[in-house]
Amino acid sequence: MIERHPSTIVETFVRVVTPLVQLFALYVLAFGHYSPGGGFQAGVILGATYILIGLALGEEALKARVNERVCLALGAAGVLAYTVTGLFGMLAGGEFLDYAALPLPVDEVRARYFGIFFIETGVAIAVAATVTLIFVRLGRRA
Amino acid sequence: MSEAILGGLLLLLTVLAVLSIRAGDLLIAAVSLGAYGFVMSLIWAAIGALDVAFTEAVVGAGASTVIMLAALLRTSRRRSPLRSRVSVLSVPITLGTGLALLYVAQGLPDVGDVAAPASRHVSPRYLARTLEETATPNAVTSVLADYRGYDTLVETTVIFTAGLGVWLLLKRAAENSPP
Repeated sequence: MIERHPSTIVETFVRVVTPLVQLFALYVLAFGHYSPGGGFQAGVILGATYILIGLALGEEALKARVNERVCLALGAAGVLAYTVTGLFGMLAGGEFLDYAALPLPVDEVRARYFGIFFIETGVAIAVAATVTLIFVRLGRRA
Repeated sequence: MSEAILGGLLLLLTVLAVLSIRAGDLLIAAVSLGAYGFVMSLIWAAIGALDVAFTEAVVGAGASTVIMLAALLRTSRRRSPLRSRVSVLSVPITLGTGLALLYVAQGLPDVGDVAAPASRHVSPRYLARTLEETATPNAVTSVLADYRGYDTLVETTVIFTAGLGVWLLLKRAAENSPP
């Protein structure tokens, strides 16, 4: 049987490192236009911080931070954000997922730049919520 | 030099793959599968696929290992015994397939070959115009999110749907088992 062994060193390390990793996830998301990374990687890193909390601080600490229903709703919201971005391009007279037609107060090239950012944010939210959802459910004592 | 490193990594990959299949203790199997993911991410980085290396490191070496460990927490570390006898047919089939793959691999283009069929179709256009069309220097991001936006939309839907399916299955199992 695998069990959690309380350790001050591990717990303190996780408490210190978690916000930094979450900040790094946001960087990976926002800087995906210029360097390796993007929505998917950012989402997994963000989800991994909650897995880390669950592993190191225990189930109660994890439950105080995330809720299965909220994770489900956020996962669906991420996919919806992607689809809605595509639909907005369509409503503005372009094609589905044509970010150049998005009703933004910038030129077409910048609109595509921001369109990419919007859908990457949707992907990050969906992936982070899904990874966390599976871990929360799997890590529960039956 | 870099080919020697790549060869060493591929050899290590094979050892870890065999170890994760044959290990009697499932904890060892899960951890060596995580190590497999890490070596795989080094290989992606060595052949220049940095975005894939990044994904492999966080998913293959990180998240999937932890999910495997969480699954072990609910079941047992011990696995059902392997069949020890090797079927007579499996040896010629394995050797034949391996030799056929080695033979076919001779005809594959080199890594990063610009004259390869896969690099000549639409890639040059994306690479040449990503900056002026999307203001995004990382062509992987612009291809993934803009030029091939449909694929990524469906991919995201698949990830969410798969997670939803796992969640529903585990929920039903928990509800059906006596408290």
